[in-house]
Amino acid sequence: MIAQLLINALVAGSIYALMALAMSIIYKASEIPNFGQGEMAMFSTYITFVLLNSLGWSFLPALAGTLIFAFLLGVIFEFVFIRRAKEPTLLGFIIITLGFQMVLYGLAGWKWGSDQRTFSLPFSESEVVLRTDSLVLTEHNLASILIAILVMVGLYLLLQHTKLGLAMKASQQNVKAARFNGIPTNRILGISFGISSVVGAIAGILVAPISTLDPTMMWDPLLKGFAAAVLGGMKSLPGVVVGGLLLGLIENLFGFYISVEFKSVVAFTIIILVLFVKPSGLFEKHYVRKV
Amino acid sequence: MSFFEVDHISKSFGGVKAVQDLSFRVDQGEIFSIIGPNGAGKSTIFNCINGLYRAEKGNIRLSGKELIGLKPDQIAAAGIARTFQNLELFSHMSTMNNLLLGRHLKMKASLLHLLGLSFPNSRAAREEVHHRERVEEIIEFLELEPYRETPVFALPYGVQKLVELGRALALEPKLLLLDEPAAGLNNEERQDMIFWIKDIRDELGITIIVIEHNMQLVKDISDRLLALNFGKKIAEGSVEEVLQNEEVIHAYLGEPIH
Repeated sequence: MIAQLLINALVAGSIYALMALAMSIIYKASEIPNFGQGEMAMFSTYITFVLLNSLGWSFLPALAGTLIFAFLLGVIFEFVFIRRAKEPTLLGFIIITLGFQMVLYGLAGWKWGSDQRTFSLPFSESEVVLRTDSLVLTEHNLASILIAILVMVGLYLLLQHTKLGLAMKASQQNVKAARFNGIPTNRILGISFGISSVVGAIAGILVAPISTLDPTMMWDPLLKGFAAAVLGGMKSLPGVVVGGLLLGLIENLFGFYISVEFKSVVAFTIIILVLFVKPSGLFEKHYVRKV
Repeated sequence: MSFFEVDHISKSFGGVKAVQDLSFRVDQGEIFSIIGPNGAGKSTIFNCINGLYRAEKGNIRLSGKELIGLKPDQIAAAGIARTFQNLELFSHMSTMNNLLLGRHLKMKASLLHLLGLSFPNSRAAREEVHHRERVEEIIEFLELEPYRETPVFALPYGVQKLVELGRALALEPKLLLLDEPAAGLNNEERQDMIFWIKDIRDELGITIIVIEHNMQLVKDISDRLLALNFGKKIAEGSVEEVLQNEEVIHAYLGEPIH
């Protein structure tokens, strides 16, 4: 039974980790907690649905189309809404992200209705890859874990081993010096929003088959991802991944041994505890307040 | 046409006139120092020159090219590099990466190149090798070899100042602006800094403008001096002339230095 719990924890944790990564990428670049992240992912998932079901594309082109859409959605969000803010405050930015969330939520409801649709992918939740006495591993389980790992490795290579990653880090560490050295910091911020949106869209595509496709589908994953990011330390990408996996584990253990009804409460209890005990998160090395 | 000229510039913040109708010229190959009490407008001049502030009136020209209205990175590309009074480094990156970022303006990177996907022996790959070679030369020039891969925050303050100097040199500037290069350094480090500044001018042929409070450094390196008070020029000329000027002594030095 414990093996099954671990698998469930790993699958949930992978999705939380992806949402946490998406939030953390934007937070690192701009110190903005993007509460529109979930709806951006939801909207992108609908694009996959339309490409697959209405336009009859096969999966890989539809995936590529979705990721391109998600990237542009992030870039446009930054360019049209974030960059226009005059003398913005953190609160102002948060309100902008909430506003964008509502715009996307409204658009999705208007365009696709609030019906819960089923969403099927080449890797299905009902096909079993491995079955033992105590363990069932579905195709979707396996794919979620592998795709999450792939995204993490991809992000690591992008941020650590490319010039783009170097420019992103430079802009995060010292905007003034970056600008002076000719790094287009605004464009880099836009690209960060785009990358974040792509990571969120992948999480959305993984969530849809196990919940349903509807405009509220990302509310829960977003809040869990946010809890995971707070737990790991918003500014540490490895930290938020560990935070996501830990949250998946704690939640599933709690659900099995203590109470299924209160499973979702765990995430928020964790946010509160972390903010009490170690506000910078478990894995952030230092807590620097920018003035 | 002089090499570098600041022509009747003014800059105010609200009602405070930080710089008033200031003019000076710097010849090629000169080390030119700007002195004055705190709040005299020294850093404001640097910020106007490198485009962080925009002067309200006047002109600033490098080899005849007007700089007012250009953005900081365009001014950097025109050949003016600077260091800051409080270091502005990428503190969680290695010395090497800080210097490479100093060459960012010189990189004509395509998207593939940004993603590190250049083909072997392509133009982008050769360019990359060239940039790394130039950075290695600067590291060698400033004797920063032991710190090549160390994250900058872990280095002693004096070495961090050298890294910032190195990053400015990586831009291959014609004119280098140094904002208080000796601030926070101990005696020995200050002597080293004097040596580096002279070396940069003598060996690399770069013209230098220095803002500095430390009179020993100023006297050691400067060809000419400009003294400011309340945003206005009070004296300009050779080191002796300026340091013996009554008004300078009164405003800044307290008593004559012999």
